[in-house]
Parts: sequence; structure tokens; C-alpha cells
Amino acid sequence: MSSMSRRDFLKSAAAATAASAVGMSVPTEVEAKASSAEAGWRWDKAVCRFCGTGCGIMVATKDGKIVAVKGDPAAPVNRGLNCIKGYFNAKIMYGADRLTTPLLRMDDKGNFSKNGKFRPVSWKRAFDEMERAIRKALKEGGPEAVAVFGSGQYTIQEGYAAAKMMKAGFRSNAIDPNARHCMASAVVGFFQTFGIDEPSGCYDDIEITDTIVTWGANMAEMHPILWARVTDRKLSDPDRVKVVNISTYRHRCSDLADMEIIFRPNTDLALWNYLAHEIVYNYPEVIDWDFVKKHTIFATGFVETGYGMRMPDEARKLGYSDKELETIRKEKSKPVSEREAPSLSVFGYKEGDTMEMKHRGHALGHWEISFEEFKKGLEPYTLDYVASIAKGDPDESIESFKKKLETLRDLYIDKSRKMVSFWTMGMNQHTRGSWVNEQSYMVHFLLGKQAKPGMGAFSLTGQPSACGTAREVGTFTHRLPADMLVKIPKHRKIAEKIWKLPEGTINPVGYQHIMNIHRQIESGKIKFAWVNVCNPYHDSANANHWIKAARKMDCFIVTSDGYPGISAKVSDLVLPSAMIYEKWGAYGNAERRTQHWRQQVVPVGEAMSDTWQWVELSKRFTVKDLWGEWTIKGGKKLPSVIEKAKAMGYDEDTTMFEILFANEWYRSFRPDDPISEGFDNTDVLGDHRNVIGSDGKPWKGYGFFIQKALWEEYRMFGAGHGHDLADFDTYHRVRGLRWPVVDGKDTPWRFNVKYDPYARKHAKPGEQFAFYGPALKTIKRGNLKKIDPSLGKISLPNKAKIFFRPYMDPTEIPDNDYDTWLCTGRVIEHWHSGTMTMRVPELYRAMPEALCYMNPKDAKAKGLKDGDLVWIESRRGKVKAHIDTRGRNRPPRGLVFVPWFDERVFINKVCLDHTCPMSKQTDYKKCAVKIYKA
Amino acid sequence: MSSLFKIRYLLLRRFTQIGLLFLYFGANAYGWKVLTGTLSSSTLFQTIPLADPFAVLQMLSAGALLGIDVFIGAAIIVLFYGIVGGRAFCSWVCPVNMVTDLANWLRRKLLLDKAERKVWVSRNARYWVLVLSLVVSAVTGLAAFELVSPITIFNRGVIFGMGMTGGVLAAIFLFDLFGIKNGWCGHICPLGGAYSLIGRLSLIRVRHNQPNCTLCMKCKEVCPESQVLFMIGKESTTVNMGECVNCARCIEVCDDDALGFGIRDFATSKAKGEKR
Amino acid sequence: MNTQNPKKDTKPKISERRRFLTIMAQSVGLSALGGLIWTGYVEEAKASPLLLRPPGALPEKDFLRMCIKCGQCAEACPYDTLLMAKPGDGLPMGTPYFIPRDIPCYMCTDIPCVPPCPTGALDQKSVSSVVDGKEELDINKAKMGLAIVDHESCIAYWGIQCDACHRACPLLDEAITLEYVRNERTGKHAKLIPVVHADYCTGCGLCEHACVTEKAAIFVLPRDVAMGKPGDYYVKGWSKKDQERIKQRDLSKLETKTKVSERSAVDALNAGDEELFDE
Repeated sequence: MSSMSRRDFLKSAAAATAASAVGMSVPTEVEAKASSAEAGWRWDKAVCRFCGTGCGIMVATKDGKIVAVKGDPAAPVNRGLNCIKGYFNAKIMYGADRLTTPLLRMDDKGNFSKNGKFRPVSWKRAFDEMERAIRKALKEGGPEAVAVFGSGQYTIQEGYAAAKMMKAGFRSNAIDPNARHCMASAVVGFFQTFGIDEPSGCYDDIEITDTIVTWGANMAEMHPILWARVTDRKLSDPDRVKVVNISTYRHRCSDLADMEIIFRPNTDLALWNYLAHEIVYNYPEVIDWDFVKKHTIFATGFVETGYGMRMPDEARKLGYSDKELETIRKEKSKPVSEREAPSLSVFGYKEGDTMEMKHRGHALGHWEISFEEFKKGLEPYTLDYVASIAKGDPDESIESFKKKLETLRDLYIDKSRKMVSFWTMGMNQHTRGSWVNEQSYMVHFLLGKQAKPGMGAFSLTGQPSACGTAREVGTFTHRLPADMLVKIPKHRKIAEKIWKLPEGTINPVGYQHIMNIHRQIESGKIKFAWVNVCNPYHDSANANHWIKAARKMDCFIVTSDGYPGISAKVSDLVLPSAMIYEKWGAYGNAERRTQHWRQQVVPVGEAMSDTWQWVELSKRFTVKDLWGEWTIKGGKKLPSVIEKAKAMGYDEDTTMFEILFANEWYRSFRPDDPISEGFDNTDVLGDHRNVIGSDGKPWKGYGFFIQKALWEEYRMFGAGHGHDLADFDTYHRVRGLRWPVVDGKDTPWRFNVKYDPYARKHAKPGEQFAFYGPALKTIKRGNLKKIDPSLGKISLPNKAKIFFRPYMDPTEIPDNDYDTWLCTGRVIEHWHSGTMTMRVPELYRAMPEALCYMNPKDAKAKGLKDGDLVWIESRRGKVKAHIDTRGRNRPPRGLVFVPWFDERVFINKVCLDHTCPMSKQTDYKKCAVKIYKA
Repeated sequence: MSSLFKIRYLLLRRFTQIGLLFLYFGANAYGWKVLTGTLSSSTLFQTIPLADPFAVLQMLSAGALLGIDVFIGAAIIVLFYGIVGGRAFCSWVCPVNMVTDLANWLRRKLLLDKAERKVWVSRNARYWVLVLSLVVSAVTGLAAFELVSPITIFNRGVIFGMGMTGGVLAAIFLFDLFGIKNGWCGHICPLGGAYSLIGRLSLIRVRHNQPNCTLCMKCKEVCPESQVLFMIGKESTTVNMGECVNCARCIEVCDDDALGFGIRDFATSKAKGEKR
Repeated sequence: MNTQNPKKDTKPKISERRRFLTIMAQSVGLSALGGLIWTGYVEEAKASPLLLRPPGALPEKDFLRMCIKCGQCAEACPYDTLLMAKPGDGLPMGTPYFIPRDIPCYMCTDIPCVPPCPTGALDQKSVSSVVDGKEELDINKAKMGLAIVDHESCIAYWGIQCDACHRACPLLDEAITLEYVRNERTGKHAKLIPVVHADYCTGCGLCEHACVTEKAAIFVLPRDVAMGKPGDYYVKGWSKKDQERIKQRDLSKLETKTKVSERSAVDALNAGDEELFDE
């Protein structure tokens, strides 16, 4: 080719290939220039802001700004890779509408006014207003009137500081994280089954197993990096490795899957029981009796437990509409349907009977049963029955569906197969979410496929620190750090000792879970609520009620956030929070891996960390303000501990700051720790901004390494009983460790003698496993229907429980008026309510609005075409969205999927606030709607 | 009032010109269904097709096998102007007319007419351009005038966004102002040429009433195609030449009631008005 | 005619006939000049090949011939996707086109832009298919362009779990599929790589619009620009469909010629022995 013709060739092909020329080698002088430009950069390790996968990243800063991120090649989870969101970590903090100063609703005179406009105020004024509102709430309603919407996205230190101030300072248990909406059912499953929270396995299971089943988990979009690992595993041995996707609609996991099972909402309960039925009745030889007898017992619980809604009478009084009450009345009683009658027959129900929800208050109650009773419970779940109620795609033949169920069974019972069952929100956001979690362990236990490498039912977490902060720190209403519970005196005592509190300080009654907080604001009980690192007015189902309550009731709502989301909009005071890399922190992911990072940059504007906000608030309250006698739920008295406090050396005017966050021990952590050398620490040292702080003076720092102190105190809770964490410095040297961390080594598989030092400690000689979790290990005994007091109690140290749980209909089922199932969820491009990702232009462009994914046949039948704007209306509210019949999600006829990230398509106005009665986790995956052209 | 009466047709023309642009604009911006499309081709009330016959001619010349709609549309337009309106398109519809009228008005105000140098372009140039555009269309396989037509450029600019349309209009404005009087509409524009040919037998015509004429010649001064008024002061008849745009400016400026609209006078047209 | 006053006029007088002919010649000459310039401009304007046309548009050459520039397609577009080329755009004036990175074609199933076309420049037949004996509009048959992936800047090729283009594709899993490739570097994170299939890709540009890289790593080009063309003398032995491709083969052009075969066989043989000897 002559040079001319070559040029001509290039010219004509230029359009098609121009961009690929970018990959050609770069001249050396250009390279030299690039590296000198990078000279001022600092790379440091951190963790991705988004989901529960917990990918490691490296953050580059220059001149006090984050300039780039890269996947951390040394991070074992992601080995330098990221998903489409993680790719934009560098951009999330620099949205044009970042909140940079406290904002208070004020009238023209500058006084607080509930109906005023937001105007900038000083931090001092902000804390004055908060203090005033909290004092008013305490006076009018006691500690229970002061509430916090916490988060699974808190850093561990923030969550710990918030929980400590609430439980030890305010003596209020009205703190509950958005992780309630996310992982609570998994938590109940873990507690009731294992006696200790969080998965036994780890991500390494993916590379070891040969069978992966996703149950209500769209890993392809929600855990993309893990899905890449699943895909790689499949490619490594395509014939051997099988992937099954079980869902109520087709999503991107089906692309890879060998088989897709589309089931009717809520019938996953029946699918698991079908597997157990087949094992127990038709393939008893596959039961790992050695495992089952040595390490498990059988158990069951109440079925008449309601759906976690308000009681109908109460709702009527509060002005709920007749339409809403049509559904709410099922909280009290409901008729037994044809569909559920066979499964409930073992409890004595038949079709048309009225089921009174008599055990509504005792949903968590459970007792031991015999294997025979367990087997009797499974009897109805024949292939015919299960296929008839569970087939979710009306266009699929029953034969095809049955064949799939048999194939699924064959995979599970194949002794040569390693099995991993993954799930996320499909099984957790479920009116019987705790049940279905327990059912997964039921099947894995019967087969002896749990707590072994490559085998186990594995709960994937939604949020980046749902495990690390919400669960391990215990920012739930009923919990204390390290799986301890406020209702157990021994646990309170341990916490009071570590926290240096007078005995009896901690409130023993924890019932204000997140939906209760909303409901109690609506009914006027809660007068003050503080939103931390979450967006509860966007993410809670039946949102119309909560928004109205926040704006119309006599309450004071504070939101700390980086951006103005819906929660900020309905608040009375908005506080600008430092975002992830603007503060020191730590997250814990779904495989129990704890990862720390340093503050990379100084926050924007006057933004300050949530830790600082909590600690500053603690300065405003003293022993006599908070530790006197209070009346709590049911007229119970919380005793005054002021005298005991005095005996401990505190006086009436000692502030909570001095007791909880700045005692001598805290102050012993030097501000010039080598770990922080060269890094900002706004909380400890102040920074160049000299933000005017809560006392009206420039902020110069606490002068002691408070984040390290919080960590070191927090880890005292877990040490020595299976929750061991490493010291602060260690985490800054390694790429995360999976707890329990004993002798500096992490634990990939728990309860297994080979891998878990605690299993070694607890197991009887010669045994392979010890389910040493301590919770709920002494239970009553009985039969399927009830407890039999004559049998007494049974103690089951080191044993897990195999639960029998029946199929039951969900709360709201499509009927003639509301003829379509509504399922909500996330999309890969956006994180939760989109406050961060909707501000990244590329992500916004890739997914600018929430669409209503619909079956094309449904659309045709309703006279709709792709792209039409429709109303999606339920008994509670309606929103408009464009329909998509050819998009990423392909629902069967009769079901639509609408993501919730888009505040302009506010789908939570439509959703029903029904929860699993055990876990109180909202079921966002099913309610009935109608759809018509807008 | 009388001053408004003096420009009654001018106002009416502007109303039609702007009104049509308004309807087109609304069709795109607000989805109105009265008149969609552009002057090249439109649809009236979602049913009646309209098309620019000259554009269709160019496309045929370019070898396009067109759909039936445009032929019907072009036929409607040809019939309308051919029987009724004459060359009224140029003064009642064409948006460029507003630009060239403005240039003309300024010319008179600035007395540029008095300093007029020799006109170096014939009024027949438009017919040459007309033929040329058909030839170029045939050669290039692309409707040649449509590619450069300031009329449709302006028209589309109003509907879809102007871009650098202003530059094109400024060029015409400056050409008419400093170059040649009525340079674009009266000399160059092949579409005007096409409508001159189409409208040469149309019925609605300006009628001259010779006895009333005081030979003030205001009509000739204001006329954009003054050659068509050769009968002024000489003979009572209708203005029958195809180049007359029926703008009625002559009627408005006549203080002596010597000009008005009427129906074509066929007898005289055959005798005198035709050939030039 | 001029004999009466020969001195008065210094310039030579010409006859009316001569004058007419001169003017005609002048006009023809000027017209020819103008025509040449005009033709040059039109040819130049035609040669902007990177335009994406509305669905159903005829091949570019025919489209330019047929489009009357009425804008009724653009007016019908509910998404303001279609633009009309303006002065300054440097594109064939007044013709409809779209820039998918700004606003892609959302592939309305009722294709509102095509039926209003009065000339047939947008060919309704080409975007229709026969269903139950009835002709129905079928946007999936549109061929506005073809998406091309730049492997270097596409972050999916790096291993990033992106697939934004795949999910944005209205012919998901047909026009764009994901190819799973093992990641040799990490050993455990497969790459999910977007692959465009020309048979299905309509060129709507939703992928280009969704692409999250700074400048789209997947972009739509007109099909004739984006596509090569395998010869029509070889058929994929494993594909029945591929035979369709060569049915139009021109049998008059079977003869091949290279530098070696320029001479006839006899001439070549008679060229003399000199060619065979060294020097």
C-alpha cells in the first residue's frame, strides 16, 4: 500500500475506526507529561459507596478534591473491577446542589415556622433548634418521642455514635435503620436458625460451588461484581455448572441461567416446601441424617400473625380511606382462600374459614417439633399442588412448569452437587420473609449443604454497611452491638459496663421499628425525628401518609444529607452532611468483611460528618436532662439513674458528651496517630475551613482520635464471643477482614470446624460443625398446631433449627378492580433513591426516569403502546410513568415492575406498608394496582 | 382610521403571511393539526395535501418517483393560483416577501432609488434560474433550488429553529437594499418565476380605471414589478401580466380611485397585456 | 439602420438580431457558470455521509432525491428526535436527521413519523410487515444505521459491569447481546461484553444515548458507512440464510483481471522468451 492510498483508506474508514485508534501507543513525551501531571495526586484505598458487595477502590485526590477512582486490584472481592455505579464514585460528591449549610424553615422574622421557607442558619442555630425540639418532645412524650431514622449506609462509627447517644443518652430505642426495609427478614432467619446474625459462607463459595440458584435476587443488576464472578464460574465449566434464576418476572440473570422459573408472588414459600416435600417423602435417602441429627432440631411457629399493618380500628380513626381499609382489615382476620387451604389444612383450616390473626403479637414465637410433625406439615406440597399455585407465567404450560420444578429438585438433591442459594430483596421484602429465609436453611440443612465451602443458603445484602453498621453495631430498635438485645438484662448490663453507664440506664423496651416510627409520627406519639444517611420519606411504602404526617403533625423533622431528597423537603431542619470520602469510616459487607478508609478530602461548604453532628448534640444534654424517671410503653417506668450516676462520679450537669464521647478513655487516643499522618481529620483536628461550630466558635477539632476511640470501644462488644474484630490500625493495612477475626486471621466459613476457631472451640470432639450462636437456644416444645406445655423446654447448644413454615397468601392479591401485581426494586444505574446517582450526568443519561415494565400482551389488552404514559393506581395512591414493554425486565402477564429511584415516579405512594410480622420488613414486591392511560 | 385604510391590504397580507407561519409553528410546537408541514409540502386539516409545484417539478427533474400525495397537493396549488390567485403566493404567503418589502421600504426612505445605477440583471433572469434549477436538479439528482431556497429555509427556521437562517435573510435584505431594487423577488427567485407562469391566466386581477387617473405615478413607484403597470393613464383594463403579485399596494396608494380589484379582462389581455 | 447618423455613435452599433443573440449567448454563458457552481455546491452538500435519517428512509441518494423537506416527519416525532438541517449545520439543507447522543429514536411502535411523508422518501413498506394478512407498521424493521462498539474505550471490555447499552436496547438480546468472556487477569470476574448484530440493529441510537463514557464508546453510523461487504462468491456453508445474500449476483461480471492477466493468453505466451532470462 502506498502512503497515499493508505491515507485514503484511513480517511474512508475513519468514521468507523477513529476511536479505536485511541488505543495506539502514546508517544513517550506525552507519557512523561502525564506522569508529571499526576505528581500531586495521592492514591489511597477506600470502599465503594454503593451496594452490599463491598468492592474495594482506590481514590485519587489532588488539591483537596477527588479527581479519580480506580478499582483496587488488591481487593479480593472485585480485583480492581467495578460496576457502572462504582465507576462514578469520583463524581458523586460534586453535584451542583450539594447541601452546604444548615437550612431551617423560618418565617420572615427569622423564627422557626413549620410552614416557613428554608433559609440558611448557623450550626449553632441549628443545634439550638434541635435541642429545643428534643426537649419539647421529651417533655411531652418521654424518650420514645425522640426518634431516629438510621441507616445501613452509616459508617460504623456514625452508627455506633448514634446508637450510643440514643440508647445510653436519650434512653430511647426509637432508632431503626433503613436496613429494616432491606435485611430484617434475613436477620430473623439467622437469629432463629443459627442463634447469631449473618451468613455462614462467603463470596468464595461462588468459585467453589457448581450450582447457583438465585431466589428473588437480580444479581446481574444489584450485585454486578458478584454476578461477574457467577458468570466466570459458569464459563469455567459450562456443562457442569448450573445456574437457575427463580423470580416473579424475567430479569437479566435469566440471560446466563440454564433455567428460569417464574413463580406467582409469595409462592416461593411453596417452592421451598416442594423441595423439602420431595426430599422427605420421595428421596429420603438424600437426607444427611448424620448432619441433621447431630446439628439440628425441627421447629415451627404461629401462622395467624397478620401482615404487619396497622390494626383496622386504629387506621379508621386516623382517617384511612375505605379503599385502604379493604386491605387493612386482613390485619385482624381474613378468609382462607382456595389457594392456601391445602397448605393450611395441617393447622386445621379449610377453604372459606376465617383466620383470626390471634398471634399477631407473638409472631416470633416458635417451638420444637418432631421430625414426624415436620414431615406431616410438608405433606400437602406435592408437585401438582405446588405447580398449580406457583406457576407465575400464565402463558407457560403447567407441564413445562412442573418439569422445571423437577429439574430444580434434581439439582438440589444431587449428592454430588455443591449448592449455593442466593437471595436478596425477593425473599426479604416479603410478608413472610422470615419464613422463607428459614425455609432456605431447611432445604440446605436436610441435604447437609450448609456451612461448607461452596455450599449454603446465602443472604446477599443490599446496602454497603447493612451488615457492618445496622446489624453488627445494632442500630435497630431492639438491638445492642454484637447481636445483643435490649430486652435481655444480661446484654443491657454488658453494654452499660462498656459504656460506663449507671445500671438500669438502657431502656429495655424496643418496639419502634421504622414503620412504627412513621406510624407514631402520624398518630402523634413521636414528636422529633432525625433522618441520618437515608431517605425514609422516599423509601417507605404508603408514602402519602408519612409525608402528610411529617408536614401536618406537631413534630420536628431533621434531615442530615448530602443532597436535597424528599426527606429533606419534608423536614423542618436540614443539615449538610459530609459524604463518604469526606470523613473517616468503615463499612461491613455481605460476607462479613469489614473495610476501613481514611478521610480523603475536606467536606464541601460547611458540611460536617454525622459523627460530629451526634457528638455535638450530646454536648447539649446533661445527666439531669435525660437520666431521670420516664414513662414508657404501657405506662411502664424507666427508673431514674441520676443517683447511681452521681455514685459513679458524674454530677447532674455532666454532659452526655463528657460521659459518652469524651471520657478519659476516649481522650487517650492521640490526635497525631501515625495512621492519620498526611490525611485530613476534620472531626479531630478541624480544617482550613474553620467552620463556625455548634458553639458559635470556629471548629478546631476534638483533639483526640474519636473515630479510633469509637471503633476500639465498639469492638469490645464482640470480642470473645464470635464477633471478634481486629484493631483499628490493622484495617488500615489490609483489604478488609471477615469476622470473627481471631489471632489476626479472618473466617471464611463459620460454624465449620475447619475454618472457624469458634466452631473448634464449641464442637464436640470428632464433630465437624457447631452452630454456636447463643440466641434463642432454649425453646418450648409442641406439635405443628401449638406448644405442648407438658413437654417442657429443650435446650439446644450448638444446634441449628430446621423450620417448617407453610405457604400463605400475601396481603393484597389482584382482583377485578386492581388487576395487576406491582413489584418494585432497583436498577443497576441508580443507588436507592438516586440522591447521588441521579446527579451523575452519565448515570442520569443512561437511566433518566423510572419506567413501568409491562408485558406487551397486557399493554395491548389495555390499549397501550410502548412509551405511553400511564397511571399506576392502588388503593393508596397513584403515580404516572411511561410503560416499557421491551425493556430489561420482562414481567409475565398480570405483573408490572416499577423501580423506585425516581422521585418523579414516586412509586412508594402506591405501595402497601405491609411487613413480615416477624421481621417488620416491608414487602415492596407485591400489592395490587390498576393501570390505565394518563 | 383612514391611514389604516390606506394599508388595509398590507395588513391583511401580513396577517396571512404571519398567520400561516404561526399555524406551521404551532403544528410542530404544540401539535396543532390545522396546517402541518412547511411551504414545501403541507397537510391541511390532516387530510388535504398541498405541495409546492415548483419543488415537485425539480424533484421530477431529479428523477424522483414521487408518491401520489404530492401530485395531488401540487395540483391543488396549481389550480388555486392558476385560476384564482395568480402570483399571490409571492405577496400573500411567502415569508421572504416581508424581508424584501422591508428592504424596499428602506430604499424609498433612504432615497436609494434616486441614486439607482444601471440595473444589470434582467427581470427575465428568474426564468433562466428556473430552467437552470431544473437542469441542475437533473444533473445532480437532487432538487437544486430546494437545497438553497431562502423561502423554505426561512419557513423551516420559524418552525424548527433558525440556526444561521438569519444570515441567508440578511444577504437577501442587503442585496435588495443596496444591490438591485426588488432584486430577489423581482429578478432572481425562480419560485416567483414559476408562479408568474402558473398565474398568468388567473381571474383575480387589479383593474385600472383610466378616467380617474391623475398620472401621479405613485402606483408605479410602489409596485415591485412596475413593468406590469404599463397601462397606467393609458387604458382602462386589468393588469394581466403573470408577474403581478396581486399585492394591492397600487390600489392602496392610489388617491384617485383609479385602481381596484376586479375580474380578468380577457378581451384586452389578449390584445395588449400578454406579450412582453 | 445606422447609416443616417454614423458619426454620432463612436461604438459600433449592432443589429437587434445580433443584440438578441449576444444577450442570449451571455445569458447562456452566465447560466452555465452559475449552473456549474450550483452543481458543485449540490454535489458537495450531498456528500455528507454520516447522517442518520428517520426510519424507513430510502437509501441516501434516493432519499435526497425524494425528500421535499416539508418537515412533517419531524413535526410528528413525539420526542423531538428529528431535526431539520438548517443553514450552518453543514448538512443537506432542510432534510430530516437525528443525533442519537442528544435525542435517540425511541422506536415508537406506531412510527408516527413515516406515514405523513407525502413523497415516499420515508417508505412505509420498508417498516411494515405482514401480520395475519394485514400490513402492520413494524419499527423493528427500520434500518436507520448500525451501532459500532469501540473496543478500546468501551468499559465493558475492561471488565466493568456496565452493559448500559445492552439494557437500553429496545431489541434487547437481539440487536445487542452480551458475550461472556473469562477474565484472565482476576481469574474470577467474567466480562460481559456488548456485541451488536447488524441483522437486528435498527440504528435507533438508544445505546449511544445511554453509553456512560464521556464520548460514547458505542455509536451509530449509517449502515453503508459502518458495514463492510463480503464477496458474493462465497457462502457460509453453515448458514442457510447466507445463500439469500448472493442471489442478486451480477453474472456479467464474472471475469477477473489483475496485472498479471492484463494481456490475453496468446499475447502473454507470445511475449517472447526474454522475460524468462536474467538480464
